[in-house]
Amino acid sequence: MPKLTVDGIEVEVENGATLLQACEEAGAEIPRFCYHERLSIAGNCRMCLVEVEKSPKPVASCAMPAGDGMVVHTKTEQVKRAREGVMEFLLINHPLDCPICDQGGECDLQDQSMAYGVDGSRFHENKRAVEEKYMGPLVKTVMTRCIHCTRCIRFSQEVAGVPELGAIGRGEDMEITTYLEHALTSELSANVVDLCPVGALTFRPFAYTARPWELKKTESIDVMDAVGSNIRVDARGSEVMRILPRLNEEVNEEWISDKTRFVWDGLKTQRLDTPYIRENGRLRAATWDEAFAAIAARLKDVDGKRIAAIAGDLACAESMKALKDLYASLGSPSIDCRQDGAKLDAGNRGSYIFNSTIAGIEDADAILLVGTNPRIEAPIVNARILKRARAGGLKVGVVGPRVDLTYDYDYLGAGPQSLKDLGAFADVLKNAERPMIVVGQGAVTRGDGAAVLAAALSLAKSSGAISGEWNGFNVLHTAASRVGGLDLGLVPGEGGRDVAGILDGASSGEIDFVHLLGADEIDMSRLGSAFVVYQGTHGDAGAHRADVILPGAAYTEKNATWVNTEGRVQLGRRAVFPPGQAREDWAILRALSGVLGKTLPYNDLAGVRAAMEEDAPHFAMTDVAAPVEAMPSLSEGNLDAAPFESAVKDFYMTNPVARASAVMAECAAGRAAAARIQAAE
Amino acid sequence: MSVRRLDPNQPESFAFTAENIEWAKGQIAKYPEGKQASAIIPLLWRAQEQHDGWLPEPAIRYVAEMLDMEYIRALEVATFYTMFNLSPVGEHYVQLCGTTPCWLRGADELKEVCRKHIGPEGTVSADGKFSWLEVECLGACVNAPMVQINADFFEDLDAASFERVLNDLRAGKDVKPGPQNERHASEPAGGLTSLTTVGQSETGGGN
Repeated sequence: MPKLTVDGIEVEVENGATLLQACEEAGAEIPRFCYHERLSIAGNCRMCLVEVEKSPKPVASCAMPAGDGMVVHTKTEQVKRAREGVMEFLLINHPLDCPICDQGGECDLQDQSMAYGVDGSRFHENKRAVEEKYMGPLVKTVMTRCIHCTRCIRFSQEVAGVPELGAIGRGEDMEITTYLEHALTSELSANVVDLCPVGALTFRPFAYTARPWELKKTESIDVMDAVGSNIRVDARGSEVMRILPRLNEEVNEEWISDKTRFVWDGLKTQRLDTPYIRENGRLRAATWDEAFAAIAARLKDVDGKRIAAIAGDLACAESMKALKDLYASLGSPSIDCRQDGAKLDAGNRGSYIFNSTIAGIEDADAILLVGTNPRIEAPIVNARILKRARAGGLKVGVVGPRVDLTYDYDYLGAGPQSLKDLGAFADVLKNAERPMIVVGQGAVTRGDGAAVLAAALSLAKSSGAISGEWNGFNVLHTAASRVGGLDLGLVPGEGGRDVAGILDGASSGEIDFVHLLGADEIDMSRLGSAFVVYQGTHGDAGAHRADVILPGAAYTEKNATWVNTEGRVQLGRRAVFPPGQAREDWAILRALSGVLGKTLPYNDLAGVRAAMEEDAPHFAMTDVAAPVEAMPSLSEGNLDAAPFESAVKDFYMTNPVARASAVMAECAAGRAAAARIQAAE
Repeated sequence: MSVRRLDPNQPESFAFTAENIEWAKGQIAKYPEGKQASAIIPLLWRAQEQHDGWLPEPAIRYVAEMLDMEYIRALEVATFYTMFNLSPVGEHYVQLCGTTPCWLRGADELKEVCRKHIGPEGTVSADGKFSWLEVECLGACVNAPMVQINADFFEDLDAASFERVLNDLRAGKDVKPGPQNERHASEPAGGLTSLTTVGQSETGGGN
C-alpha cells in the first residue's frame, strides 16, 4: 500500500494503483482523454501530465504506478504549461467545428480546452482531413475530429469482446476504422460513442436533433431486457430525444445495449393514443367511458372461469398488481405473466431469479450456461462474463446453442441430455470454489421446462454451487416484467389456466374474455372468438386482434417499478407524458375496476405500492438484490432430447417498442443481410 | 508519409504456395501457444514476396486467418509499416533514400532521374519494369547517395551512374550492386589514407 503526497496531501492507495488514481484520491482533478477506468491503459494522449519530484520530466500519471514516497504536484506552472503544450498539439489537427458538432456541450476536448487551451493557433499549415468511415446505422463518424485516444478500439476488444475496430496507418495519418468499413456487429457497439472524448463518433439517429443543454434528464430504468439497465432519458418537451446509460456498478456498470439506447424512435411511432372499440369488424376511436362501458357490457354475467388475463414482457409491477387484483375480484383464476410459457414456479423465488447477482459473476470461477445465448438475451450480462473471463481463471461450459459468445467456452452439448452428462466439466464445476449455473428462458419455456429447471437446480446443489454465502443457481430472464410478475404471483390460481391453457380455452370457446396487458408475443390467431381487451402502447399484434384497446403509458412515460432478473427492485421515472389519451396502466385498471363495480382499494401510486409490499415485502427495498433465504427442491421429471434454442431469435425485435423503431429495423435488416452473406460463403 | 490505402484493384484470392506454408508453420512454431499472432510480420512479408512485391487485401485476410487474428489487427500491421506495399510495384522496385546525408550528397538529382526514367513517384512505369518511392534512411550513409533496388543496394550514385544502372536493368543486363564509382565497399574514395602498411610489416605501428 504505497503512501504518497499529492499537492501536500498525503494519500494511501492500493497496490497497483496509478498516479492518476492517487491524485483523484487526493482530490486533484486530472484532465485526460485516453484513460478510462474500465479500459486498459494506453497512455497516448499525454493530457494527464503531472510533476513528480526527482523526475526530470512531467509524468503521464495514467500510466505511472503510484510509488511509495512519491511527491506529486498537479497545480504547478510546469504542469500547466506541459498540459497546454499537449492541448496545443491535439488542437493542431482538430477542426474546431464545435458549432456544428453533435458533441458540443458534452465534449471532453471542449471542456478541457477551457482550462488548458490557448486563444490562438501557431499552426499555419493545412489541417489534416480524414474521410468519414462507415460503422453501421448507429454510429456516425466525423473522423477529422478524432484525437487518436483509442478508447473505442480498446472498448470493442475488451468490453464488447468483438475486436473489429482498429487504427490503420500511423502518426498523423492514423485512422480509426473497421475492416473495410463493415458495420459494427456488437450488441454494445454504441457505447463507443459515450467513450469518445470528442465528436468523432456520435449517435447517427440523434444527429443534429438536439443540444445536450436543452434536454431534460430523467433517471430511469430500461425494460428492453431483464437486466434493468440504469438509464438516463433525455427529453425535450413531449419527446424522448435519446437514452444514455447511468452508472450502476451492480447492474450495467456504465454500458447499455444498442437496443436499450436506440429504441427511442419506437416510442413515437405506432402509438396507441386514444381508446378504440371494434364495431362491425373495424376499430374506431372512442372515449374512455365508451371503452369501459363496452368492457363492462361484455363482462356482465360472465362466469369468472371464462375470464382470463395475460401480462406482457414490458409491464410494470404496479400495473400487474392492479391486473391481478381486478381479475381476482372478478373471480378469474386464469392469470399469467409468463406469455412465453416459462415453467417457472412463482412460489419459489430462489428458483426463478439470478441468485449470484450480475456483479457476482466477477466472483465466479466456473459458469455453466444452459439453454441461453446471453450475448443477445442480455448483452450486459455477457459483457460481465467476458470481463470475468478476461481476468483469467474462468471456465465456461455451454449446453445449448453453439454461438459466438465473445469468450472461449467448452461446448458440452445441445440438449438436456448433456445436462445429465457433463463429462469433464462436471469436475470443473465440483472443483470450482464458486460455480455458477445460468439457465436461460430457452431451457424453461419448453414442454420439459420444469424438469430442465429441476435438473439444473439439482446439478447446482450436487456440485456445491449453493453453499452459505454463495448461491450459484441463476435464471436469466429476457422479459423486464417477468420477475416482478412472479413476485406478485401473476400465475394461475386454483383451477386456473396458464397462457397455453388460456389460448386453448379461447380457441375452444371455454374462455370468453381475455385482457392482454401489453402481451404481444402470443399467437393471436388462437384467441378464437374471445372478447379481447388490449391494454398497451403500440399497434402491434395484440392491438390488431383487440375488441377494445386501452392506450397505456410506455416505460418512459410513467413512474413505475420493475424487478430485474436478479430480483432487484428498481424505480423507473416519468420523462415525458403519455401521448394523447393514454394513461398510466395501473390507473387505467383502477378506473376500469370502478366501472365494473369492483373498485380496487388504492387511489394513488403510494397506495398501489403499499399493496405490492403487502404481497411481497421486498418491493419496499429498492435497488438491492436481496438473497433468498432458502433454495427449494424441485421435483425432477422426464427430459426431452430436443436441443435448446435461445429464447431471443432477433435481438433487435423482441418487443412492441423495438418493432416500432425504424432504427432497430435497420439494424435487424443489416444483421440479416450479414447472416445471408455468411451463409452464402 | 501519406495515408496508405489498399489498392482499388485487388486479386480474387491469395494463398501461400506449399513451400511457403511449410515455411510459415516454422515461423509460427517459434512463438508460444496462443501467441501465434507474433508471426504476423514475417508472414506478411513472405506474402508480399510471393505476390510480386506487394500485399493484396486477400493476403492480409489469409495471413490473419492463418494466425487466428481479427482481420483489422492484420490490416493495422500492414498499413503501419511502409515496407509493406499496398499497391503493385514494378519488376525493379527502387527505394530512394532521401534522408539528410543522401540528400546532401545529391539525392535530389537521383529523384530527377527517377522522374525522367520511371515516372511520378509511386506509379509503375508503362512497361511494368520500374516503380520508385522515396524512403527514409536505409543505413548506408557512408556511401551516400544510394538507392535500394529490390534486395540490392546501389551506392555512391550520381545521375549518370544511376541512369546507367536503370538502363541496364531495363535492357535485362546484369548489374553489379554496391558502389558505382569504383570504390570498394566504404573505403576512402581515393584509396586508403591510413593503415596503408597493414600486412607489410607485422611489427609496424602500435595497437
